[in-house]
Amino acid sequence: MQPLLEMRAISKTFPGVKALDNVSMSVAEGEIHAVVGENGAGKSTLMKVLSGVYPAGTYDGEIHYDGELAEFKSIQDSEARGIIIIHQELALVPLLSIAENLFLGNEIAVKGCINWHETTRRTRDLLARVGLSDAPTARVEKLGVGKQQLVEIAKALAKDVRLLILDEPTAALSESDSAALLELMLELKASGVTQIIISHKLNEIRKVADTITVIRDGATVSTMHAKKDEITEARIVRDMVGRDMAARYPDRPRRAGPMLMEVDNWTVRHPDFPDRFTIRDVSFNVREGEVVGIAGLMGAGRTELAMSIFGRSYGRDIQGDVRMRGEPVRLRNVSEAIAAGLAYVTEDRKSLGLILDDSIQRNITLANLNAVARNGLLNEARETQVAEGFRKSMNIRAPSVFAKVMNLSGGNQQKVVLSKWLFSGPEVLILDEPTRGIDVGAKFEIYGLINDLSAQGKGVVMISSEMPELLGMCDRIYVMNEGRFMGELTAEEASQESIMSMIVTHNESTQ
Amino acid sequence: MSDTTQTATTGTNMKTYLVNHLREYGLLLALIAVMVFFQITTNGTLLRPVNITNLLLQNSYIIIMALGMLIVIVAGHIDLSVGSVMGFVGALAAVLIVSMGMPLLPAVVICLITGGVIGAVQGYWIAYWQIPSFIVTLAGMLVFRGLSLWLLQGQSIGPFPREFQVIATGFVADPFPESWGMGLAALFGARAINVLAIVTGIVAAGAIVTLGLRKRASNRQYGTEEEPLTFFVVRNTVVAVALIFITYKLASFRGLPNVLLTMGVLTIIYAFLTENTVIGRQIYAVGGNEKAAKLSGIKTERLTFLAFTNMGVLAAAAGLVFAARLNTATPKAGFALELDVIAAAFIGGASMSGGVGKIVGAVVGAFLMGVLNNGMSLMGIGIDYQQMIKGLVLLAAVIFDVYNKSKRV
Repeated sequence: MQPLLEMRAISKTFPGVKALDNVSMSVAEGEIHAVVGENGAGKSTLMKVLSGVYPAGTYDGEIHYDGELAEFKSIQDSEARGIIIIHQELALVPLLSIAENLFLGNEIAVKGCINWHETTRRTRDLLARVGLSDAPTARVEKLGVGKQQLVEIAKALAKDVRLLILDEPTAALSESDSAALLELMLELKASGVTQIIISHKLNEIRKVADTITVIRDGATVSTMHAKKDEITEARIVRDMVGRDMAARYPDRPRRAGPMLMEVDNWTVRHPDFPDRFTIRDVSFNVREGEVVGIAGLMGAGRTELAMSIFGRSYGRDIQGDVRMRGEPVRLRNVSEAIAAGLAYVTEDRKSLGLILDDSIQRNITLANLNAVARNGLLNEARETQVAEGFRKSMNIRAPSVFAKVMNLSGGNQQKVVLSKWLFSGPEVLILDEPTRGIDVGAKFEIYGLINDLSAQGKGVVMISSEMPELLGMCDRIYVMNEGRFMGELTAEEASQESIMSMIVTHNESTQ
Repeated sequence: MSDTTQTATTGTNMKTYLVNHLREYGLLLALIAVMVFFQITTNGTLLRPVNITNLLLQNSYIIIMALGMLIVIVAGHIDLSVGSVMGFVGALAAVLIVSMGMPLLPAVVICLITGGVIGAVQGYWIAYWQIPSFIVTLAGMLVFRGLSLWLLQGQSIGPFPREFQVIATGFVADPFPESWGMGLAALFGARAINVLAIVTGIVAAGAIVTLGLRKRASNRQYGTEEEPLTFFVVRNTVVAVALIFITYKLASFRGLPNVLLTMGVLTIIYAFLTENTVIGRQIYAVGGNEKAAKLSGIKTERLTFLAFTNMGVLAAAAGLVFAARLNTATPKAGFALELDVIAAAFIGGASMSGGVGKIVGAVVGAFLMGVLNNGMSLMGIGIDYQQMIKGLVLLAAVIFDVYNKSKRV
């Protein structure tokens, strides 16, 4: 039988990065096809190519859909052919009603006037199909995330969907909501809707998927068929992470000095939903000269953990203790955290780390202005000296320290953020995705800087979604999932398989 | 051969420098162009000593408030209540001094504190409750407009005692011997010359040039982007000559107005505060990227709160000057003035999104608006056209900014 969708040798290059390298996959009519892979493996890029977010011509390879070559110029193009993608972040308008959302941009109207009777009637039908009994006039913001997800699917059905793509649909859902969603997927399959699901939760995939395609580093690794092959989680995990450690990491003498920072029973609630725990009962420690990693998938709560410790910059009802060199410290705001010897290098340097419109110099001194001032008066000559010093020692490539940081490359911007935090004189640095979005050469430089910090006796906590990086850099790795620490691995014990199976095992056990 | 390359690089340097700093030069050029235009169309009335003095008095309260407004805008906010607060404090001063007969000093202190408290209350909601400043100060605008009506019972109260009027209409006494002034007067063929005014002008011009030279020297030492020498010389000459010219004109009338002194001192203080202190730098950081500033340990809420408190005090000071100048407090005082103040800051180069703007820019912006007002009134242009022209000037200045920015990046 001819497949509904066939993607042949798809390659997609961004400046400096090859996101997709010869990916092929084929989806049969009426099946549920799972695409799995690590963060950054290229799953989302592949789906964006398919749905026309990256229009035809910006990628290499061919897409055959419904028996003919498809060259989608935009999402509208692919939607017209019945390909609907539901993104991880829901795209509903919270203040509009369910009915308004279902037909947004697709209104049932005559000459611009909406036919509300017909809209309401069809909304009822669609809601019934996804198993919702809410009023069509209910505002979307009043619904829980689970129901919102179902409304998204109803919206897809309203557009006569033939191929439904779900990008991590259960990531934000509770267990019962997830189960209901999977059930709906099977029902849709029975009614003939072909589906592609992207997910990290292998148990869910095993439950619904007919075919599984594993993608790693932008390339297809394997395709498994539920009917023919024996699918085990071990096999999927091995295919997901089985790359060799191609990247090199500079050597560092491993040594652990006296205890620097200890965090005990850290518990944080979600800032908007006080009944939800973002972080639960997390304890960890860092010693002098140690590089400690925190591994986990996106949404595991790693950034939230770091920011809640760093002067309660995230969350509410924060509980737990932090001790620096054995002494309890209070970290009620960022200045107290800085005073206690902490620094937090954010994962989102453009919106949280830098003032893009300001110069390198002004960004570097921002967290410790008093060190370049006397009695509140800035000494700009001293400030320039400091910035110059960092420009040389960190090898920030810019015409001068007066250059605006918005004109620097990602790697150089990251060095500016690191300089800012080094100038604040910390004992423990929490680095959140320190090499995200920077090129290979700059990555190597950042690794070297981390080793220098360790040699100076500072403690480094490194959060990263790139497992090879953690394995190459860290003395110990904590594995985090869904707001909890799943366990701790020494450098010797840690491997991509052991980390991934710790995460996956938990997903299994919560079912 | 090498000579031509040299000139070529200097040429491009000058060009890129001009493109990057077009805004600052443009503002100065616009002010000069507008002054020359009105000087011609009013047959020289614009730059008569008495008119220059008037121009300063008329715009003093706008400039005083523009200082605070610039800080508020740099911090990423807006204050719509300043006109009303100014009117309210003027009314309060009239009630305290004229109706209740309170001595001047305590009355002035009470007025300034009241302004500070008003600013603090508005700043509290904006900073600690994250209520948009537009809403809070829009409410404040209505509340204080109403309060001054209530306080004055819809009447005007005045006149103020002479000592109070001096705040706005007085002149600084000339400490130099009278014979010096007579001598200078003879030299220039004028009736009388106020030596203090001339000396102040020369000293100020000298100070600006000296500071400019020192900055240049230190820039060279640290390799900062350098203003091409031609620009530096031309700009400083223009500014110095203009200063001396204006003070000479003032000297041949009644000397330095008290208000000019207040304005000058405040401008210097705030320019220093914004450019050379930790707190000033932190305000720019809050406006530039509040989240990044907060994660760098800056107490963003407190700075926002202080910016509004400061605005309140300055609005009160402007209210006192305004009441003293009119010699009466009326319920209409300060009506729609907030728009002139905000316009001054934007014409002066402040950015609506925060983090950008200079004190001197706001002052020049206020003067530009002032000269437009004054010149058009002298020409006998109706208030209808005046409003339209001022509106278009504001729009043009901001469009120029946006266009300039999009071209540069």
